Parts: sequence; C-alpha cells; structure tokens
Amino acid sequence: MDTLSAILFATIVAGTPLIIVALGQLIAEKSGVLNLGAEGMMAMGAIAGFAITHHSGSPWLGVLAGMAAGALMSFLFAIVVLTLMGNQVATGLALSILGVGLSAFIGKPYESEILPTIGPIRIPLLADIPIIGDPLFNQQALVYLSWLLFAAIAWFLYRSRPGLVLRALGESPTSAHSIGYPVIRIRYLATLFGGAMAGVGGAFLSVFYTPLWVEGMVAGRGWIAIALVVFATWRPLRVIVGAYLFGGVMVAQLFVQGSGLGVNIPSQFLSALPYLATIIVLVIISRDQNTVRLNAPVSLGQPYRPEA
Amino acid sequence: MTSATDGAPAFRLELEGITKIYPSVIANEDVSLKVEQGEIHAVLGENGAGKSTLMKMIYGVAKPDAGQMKWEGELVHVENPAHARSLGIGMVFQHFSLFETLNVVENVALALPGNPELAQLAAQITEVSNRYGLPVDPERLVHALSVGERQRVEIIRCLLQNPRLLIMDEPTSVLTPQAVRKLFDTLRQLAAEGCSILYISHKLDEIQELCHVATVLRDGKVTGDCIPSQETPQSMASLMIGKELPVPEHDAPSELREVRLKLNRLSKPSEDPFGTELRNIEFELRSGEILGIAGVSGNGQQELLYALSGEELVSDPDSVVICGHPSGCDMPDRRRRNGMGFVPEERLGRGAVPRMSLTENALLTAHPADMLNHGMIRFDRISAFARNCIDDFNVKCGGEEHAANSLSGGNLQKFIMGREILLAPKLLVVAQPTWGVDVGAAAFIRQRLIDLRDEGTAILVISEELEELFEVSDRIAVIADGRLSPAKQLADTDIDEIGVWMSGMWDQPATAELDAHA
Repeated sequence: MDTLSAILFATIVAGTPLIIVALGQLIAEKSGVLNLGAEGMMAMGAIAGFAITHHSGSPWLGVLAGMAAGALMSFLFAIVVLTLMGNQVATGLALSILGVGLSAFIGKPYESEILPTIGPIRIPLLADIPIIGDPLFNQQALVYLSWLLFAAIAWFLYRSRPGLVLRALGESPTSAHSIGYPVIRIRYLATLFGGAMAGVGGAFLSVFYTPLWVEGMVAGRGWIAIALVVFATWRPLRVIVGAYLFGGVMVAQLFVQGSGLGVNIPSQFLSALPYLATIIVLVIISRDQNTVRLNAPVSLGQPYRPEA
Repeated sequence: MTSATDGAPAFRLELEGITKIYPSVIANEDVSLKVEQGEIHAVLGENGAGKSTLMKMIYGVAKPDAGQMKWEGELVHVENPAHARSLGIGMVFQHFSLFETLNVVENVALALPGNPELAQLAAQITEVSNRYGLPVDPERLVHALSVGERQRVEIIRCLLQNPRLLIMDEPTSVLTPQAVRKLFDTLRQLAAEGCSILYISHKLDEIQELCHVATVLRDGKVTGDCIPSQETPQSMASLMIGKELPVPEHDAPSELREVRLKLNRLSKPSEDPFGTELRNIEFELRSGEILGIAGVSGNGQQELLYALSGEELVSDPDSVVICGHPSGCDMPDRRRRNGMGFVPEERLGRGAVPRMSLTENALLTAHPADMLNHGMIRFDRISAFARNCIDDFNVKCGGEEHAANSLSGGNLQKFIMGREILLAPKLLVVAQPTWGVDVGAAAFIRQRLIDLRDEGTAILVISEELEELFEVSDRIAVIADGRLSPAKQLADTDIDEIGVWMSGMWDQPATAELDAHA
C-alpha cells in the first residue's frame, strides 16, 4: 500500500464512527428530539462493546452490546424529555457527563487489556482497482455497514412513507398529532435509533479502531457528530462528506505530527485542526438560508405535550 | 362498526351532554347535537363560544370530560384523529395542519391511509382540484402558498378520504364568490350522496344558503337550534351574540387630503421561486380614505404586503412613498416611525410573538409611543397600553400578562388591530382584518377601521373577502397575477364586476388611463 492509499484508508476508518453516530442523530433530530448526549452514549457503547468482546471473544456480540448500551442510555433520555417533558438540552448535557463518567468507572478493570486486531474484509475484483481499491474495498465490515446505513437512511427519509411522517413530525408535531400520528411514540423510536447508532459508533472505536479501552477515548467525537448533523443541514450526503473531511484532516495532521515534515507547529494546534476544519467547511456549505429552512426540523428541541 | 344506512332513524352523529373544561375556562357545557345522514349542519357561535373545541372532540384531537358520542347509532370514544378517520370523519382545520417544508402531494399523502404512490396521488389531486374549483399545484412547497391556497390543500386532502362526515371550520373565508358557489355545489353534491357536513362559519348568508339545520353556541352552551332558511341573518346573529348585530356606519369620506401612500410602478421579482412577481403596481392613497384591494389569494398580495411593510426591500426607494418619504429601501422600523402601521396576514409569528405576553407584544410596535426611558422599558406605561387595548377592543383573555398564543384567533386579531389603531398611525396597511373572526367581532373591527379613517388615517385593506371590502372601502382595486387594476369608487362598481376582475380581466382603456394619470 502506498502512502496515498494508506492516508485514504485511514481517513475512511476515522470517518466511519462519525457517520454512524451522526446518521443516528440525524434521524432523532428529524423527529424533533435534540439529544446532546451522543458523547456519553458513544462512551457507553465503547465500554460495553469492549467488555463483551473481551469476554466473549466475538466482536459482533460486542457491537450488539454497544448498540444496546447506547439505546439504553437514549431510553433514559427519552423518558426524561418525552414522557416527563424535561428540557432536552440540559438532559442531553447530563447524559453526556453521565456516560463519560460511568464508562470510565465500568472500564477501570479493562484499562490494560488489548483486543485482537480484526482484519479487513476484502471485496474481490473491486479491491484490485489501483489506489482507491484497497482503501475502499479492503475495509472493516463496519465501514461497509456505514455505507449501507447511509443508503438506507437516505431512502427511508426521502422515499418511504415512514420517513415522510418523520420529517413532517419534526416540522410540526401539532399538525402531525391533529392528523393522527402518535408523536411521542415516533419520537421514542427515533431517539432509540439515535442512541443505538451512537452505541455502535462507540463500539467501533473500542473494538475495531484502536482496539483497546482508554478512558475518554471517544475524545469529543460525539460532539463533532452532533455538529455535523447541524452543519450538514440535516442531509445525509453532507454528513458523509463532513465525516470523511474530519477523518481526512485527522489523519493528515497525525501524518504531519509523525513525520515531522520539518515544520514547527504546536501539536495541540494540529490536534484541534480536524475539529476546526470540519466546522469551518460545514458552516460555509450551510450558509444558504433556504436549504436550512427546508431541511431543519422546526420543532427541534421543543417538548411536545399532546392536547388531552 | 355496523352499517346504519338500512336501519331507519339512526343519526350519523349524536352528541349528548358533551362537557369540556380547561383549567381557566369551560369550553363546552352540556352540548347536545344530532346530525342526520346527508345533512349540512351549521354550528354557529362567536369566538371562544367553543365551536372549535367541540369539533376537536368529534375528531379525536381532544377528549371530552363528560358526555357521550354516538356514531351511526353506536357509542364511540374517539381515541385519536386516525380513529376518527377510520370511522369516516374528515376535518378541515381553521388553523391549518399542514407541513410547510413538504410539498402539496406529500402533505396530502400524510393524511391518507396506506402508502399512496405520489405521482398517482398528484394526478388525483389535480383531478379533485379541477372538479371542485380549488386550483393548486401539487408539486409546490406549502411554505410558498398563501393562506387561501393552504386552505384549498386542506379541503382537497379531506375530500380525497371520501368521508361520511366532513367537518369544515370556516372553509370559505378565502375563496372568491365564484369559488364559494363551486364549493357549495360540491358540498351539496356530497350531501346528496349521503355525506353529512358539519359547517362552521360566521357568514350568516352562507349558512342560510347552504345549511339545512343550525345549532347555535354561546359561551360553550347551546342557545338554540334553528332552520336557517326560516331565519334572517339578524335573527341568527342575535341568537349567537345575544344582541342585535351592529352594522358598520359608512359615510362617504369627507375631503381627501394629502397623499399618505404612493406606489410608483412598483415591480419586484419574487424572492420565492414559487411566488408572484409584482409588475408596475401604482396607486395613491390619501388621508381619510380606505382603499380595498381584492383578489384571489396567491396573486401577489403577500409580495405586495412584504414590499409595503419593509420586510422585503425594493431597489428603487421612490417606488414606495410613505407619508412623503421615499421608503423603498427603508426597514420596517423606519417606515413605522414615518407613520405607518401594519397588520400582517399571519397573526402568530408575524403579527404577534406566540409565547410572549400581550404586554410584550404590545411593546413590539408601540415602543416609539413614549414607552421607553433612555432605552429602559417603562412597564407601567406598556401594561397600561395593553390593558387599554384589551378593554377598548373587547379582547377576551386572561389578562395582559397572558401569552399571545393562549388567545383564540379572533381575539388575538382584535388585540393586534387594537395595538395598531391605538397608535393612531397616519397610514395603516391591513391584511385580512377579519379572517376567521366572528360576525360580532368583525363588524366591530370594520367599524373601528372606518372610525380611524374619519380621524384622517389613510387605510389600505388587502382582503380576500369581498363583502368586507364592500363594507369598508371607499375605493376598490383588484390584484391579479401581480398586476393591480385601476381603483374604482365603490358606487361605480359591484361584486360581479370585481369578481370578473379577479381573474385579471379589467378593461384596457382604464389601465391606459391609470398609466396616463401617473
């Protein structure tokens, strides 16, 4: 593998957890639920995934466990904000802090453990394409799954009727209720999906990406995923672009740090670069007010109380 | 569910002793109502009389606290609107239940069972819209539609569900007289086919023309049932408001004084890809007169209003002259300081901030009227102003500290009109002053507009209700496809002529004359 292929490969791997988490959040937000707890749900997904993989030896059971952990966290969140009408922003922040802290507590015994590295799955023929073949088609299974997830969500939102209902509900829960859709139930499902995907994203980090458990290993990716959704103006394709951009800059700055390249830039600045670059680019592409108006869920973050 | 069509006397819908209590108000008390198959049944009542609440309970949006409902002879508890629709109940809402970021087809699809093919549905929509004279483009996004067009979408959406009971909440307020006639034909045809219709309207002449039976509500209670064809509008109005209906007094304007609003060949491409382009609009509006602009919704009214209010600016400052100031490039605040008052079409969101109190909403436009002390709010003055507005305009609300969205549409409209009128503007631009407002309140608002004119204010009323324009205007013009007809003195025209003009056909010589005049 030459350098370019290697960078491309690493970019895609780095972008994958963001795609999974952000697409999950996109669904939740389209229903009008703003869950700022992604960071905490990812952390819980990461530790659950790591622990189960460690004990069972099956990374897939680990991913399932991560999914369950994320969904459980989002279920707590949903009870507070959907049933008890709590404030979504405050509850989400609390969920983040809870998840990060709790995962560190649970993860103490696993600090020194390392999981066996999981090899990529090679897709015959396609992987033989020069330069891009290897990074695109000789990848971790979850990378392919993230693409499937993207296709499924794009189809769901813009081609299927439940997706139409979801978009409508996020725009006006009152109208959706008055024509007979179960607003709270749909929001529960969307929130749970968001949580499950955040858990999968976390498990990807600890089971496939590193693969080890370190406290705080999510490192702000949950927040980046939330920002991605907003700046991608709630459109799946832009989420993918943003996630790979983040991954690309992340890998490039690591490359610069590692090789030295003879430039003297503080490493802290380089580490901040992916976050900065992603947000700047996404802000620029989301300038168009019409796009925002047409895609932003109007009711985002507002509790909905059905008329009795 | 059993079929009652062959059972002899079963009513389609029976309500008995329905009571609904909200924390601050009894919305319905012991309301009973019977609707027969194929009957067009009017529900009459002032704002806050409980009509909408009653309809919401029938449609399953709200649940009654007491009383029972029978559907085709069977006792039912309507759990939710989906349940209501499965029973065969359809409803056209007064406050629309449409989704702005979706297009018309998607909005309709959301209310239909199953998973209709969108392309096929679009064809169905076009067919229904042609059949019932409700023109609407299925591909357009709802946020780009005017209020009238949105209502058409609501009506079409209901008709596509083939309901056996159709609830219509103020359905005709934004239709042309011709379209109202078409709609009535449709409703009669539906009724003849056996569909029952619950018809809420404040237009007594329409109820007389259309409805078989009427139930009158006042303060949440039934005050009487009547056969509209055997009543006069006056007798029904007095059943409804408990006293005689005031008729606005409308003398000819006294002398006309200076020009307060002048449009010079106002042209403006629409910022919205689906909007209407304004083309060479010009007129003069003088102190002490009311100019009415009629037109079917979606013909440029919104664009004209935005250009007048300053929410959208035009490139040539001289094309909008407000009280002598070239204002085309002025922001709304500047225009208000030059003496303009403005009441937009949408009450919540543009006319008032839904979650703010009435006091705070009053402050939004009244702040130049000595409500500030070096930038600090003088709360005593602003609450006094809001209280004054509530008293003077008879706004039914819990007090000036209640949020704007806690008021019914008509009461909020009275408050907003009051807020602008009490500021004694030199020029007042009003859109749909009495949309969805009941007869009593509408007559009151119209009278206040005429009084304000007599005090020398120049008033522009843009409305889709012809009767209203004929009641208040001194001169009347028509907007069609972004062009404005010449303005005619009220005495020189009639509803039929204006109705023809609304389709854009005013005579060529008159237009030329207007051009020459400018």
